[in-house]
Amino acid sequence: MNTIFALTSVVIKELCRRKDFYVLFFLTAVLTLLMGSVNFFEDTRAVRYVKEIALLLIWVSALVIAIATTARQIPAERENRTIFPLLAKPVTRAQVILGKFLGCWLACGLALVVFYLFFGVVSGSREHSWPVLNLVQALWLQWAMLGIVVALVLLGSLVFAAPSSNATICFIVVLGILLLGRHLNQVALQQPEPLRSIVYGLYFLIPHLEWYDVRDIIIYDHNLIGWLDCALATLYAAVYAALLLFGAWLLFRRKALHL
Amino acid sequence: MEPIVETRNLRVEFRAQNSGQAKKVAVKDLNLRICGGEVFGFLGPNGAGKTTTMNVLLGFVNATSGAAFLFGVDVREPIARQRIGYLPELTYYYKFLTAEELLRFYARIFGIPRLEADRRIEQLLKLVELDSARKRPIKTYSKGMQQRVGLAQALINNPDLLILDEPTSGLDPLGRMKVREIIQRLKNEGRTVFFSSHELGEVETVCDRVAIINQGELKVEGRVADLVERHQANLERIFLDIIGYQPEPSA
Repeated sequence: MNTIFALTSVVIKELCRRKDFYVLFFLTAVLTLLMGSVNFFEDTRAVRYVKEIALLLIWVSALVIAIATTARQIPAERENRTIFPLLAKPVTRAQVILGKFLGCWLACGLALVVFYLFFGVVSGSREHSWPVLNLVQALWLQWAMLGIVVALVLLGSLVFAAPSSNATICFIVVLGILLLGRHLNQVALQQPEPLRSIVYGLYFLIPHLEWYDVRDIIIYDHNLIGWLDCALATLYAAVYAALLLFGAWLLFRRKALHL
Repeated sequence: MEPIVETRNLRVEFRAQNSGQAKKVAVKDLNLRICGGEVFGFLGPNGAGKTTTMNVLLGFVNATSGAAFLFGVDVREPIARQRIGYLPELTYYYKFLTAEELLRFYARIFGIPRLEADRRIEQLLKLVELDSARKRPIKTYSKGMQQRVGLAQALINNPDLLILDEPTSGLDPLGRMKVREIIQRLKNEGRTVFFSSHELGEVETVCDRVAIINQGELKVEGRVADLVERHQANLERIFLDIIGYQPEPSA
């Protein structure tokens, strides 16, 4: 575990020393504060729209951070040849995969905590209510979802040669699942065979990232989701992430180290 | 005496780039035995198979046939690399880290306790004369400084075997001398050093034994003094003869 944690700490340091996170946080903060400061005809419902837009920005920013950070990890190790002194130590390729995954996932978690803290303070100061548990649930589920995304991008970085193409493809896939994933079963019903079976198969194969989008419990002050449901969703994410990481390890095991 | 580095009929083949071409044989049935406390020079022209052999020893490349061992452990086992230090030909390190952070990272990988790691980092930064630049990111270092960080990371685990791939390449004369001094010091401490180099004068100075390979084949192996005596020539002449270099007749 020592090796995995050492690799993890390097990934987190890298994120802290790059500008990506700060730029995204600054943009989200500025847009949220600007919208929050505007008073639309004394309409109290306007706060909801501000919350909706701020949460959307947080979702997009978190996805960008997760995908951009993860996509460059292994290609950068190979391109800069830092992988050579690393694997010349008693480090296995499985540990490299796990260290990179954990580092990117924890870095995303840290970024989410900063985003949600900011969001909580801004919305709390406007509404004078502090739904801390709703925020914690939304943050946790989003973080669990990012675990799947990070594992998917890590796998992609071993399939696609360039980090940019991997990031673009993964972003499209994730966005596709988030927007269309829940409708695939209905689409399947309208298709003739064998397309119906294929689309159904796809519906059961893809990780349903949209299940983790619980922004409504914050925007509309809905009741909390059952904690058991949260635990099951976390387990579902863990299984998918583990499967994707296993695939990444299988590919990395046979991969030539130089580009 | 148990060899520290051993290859038995080591063969490495690479797939052809085009379907019509034959496989490229990078290393042909190489047998090497390096014992404890030796400084062993591994020589050959570019493309001779030196780096490929080192890559097999470090577990980067799998042998097509034959076997390689470090401290009697198959090189495919990660634990075989617990007692080695490796310095690559060029500097490849995380440029956003400082020298101190980089050394701490590698110390953690080796499971070195924090206090001991602090002591070694202190010692190594002094040894490679980077004490004053320890808090600066590696991206701000000159090439020579980066190579010295590399040397420090190769020594962080107090290795019994040091594998150096052209350690003085790209260094100025002062840097070369420093590396030579460190190799000499390690030799005096009884460590084993396995290194490749194109600097034959340097090899002659520091090595106990050398092996010359050409086109993947081991051409000659032995003590430097014995080779010089047997061929009645210096190491450079021996090297050129072995690789079949024919000087062009002058006009």
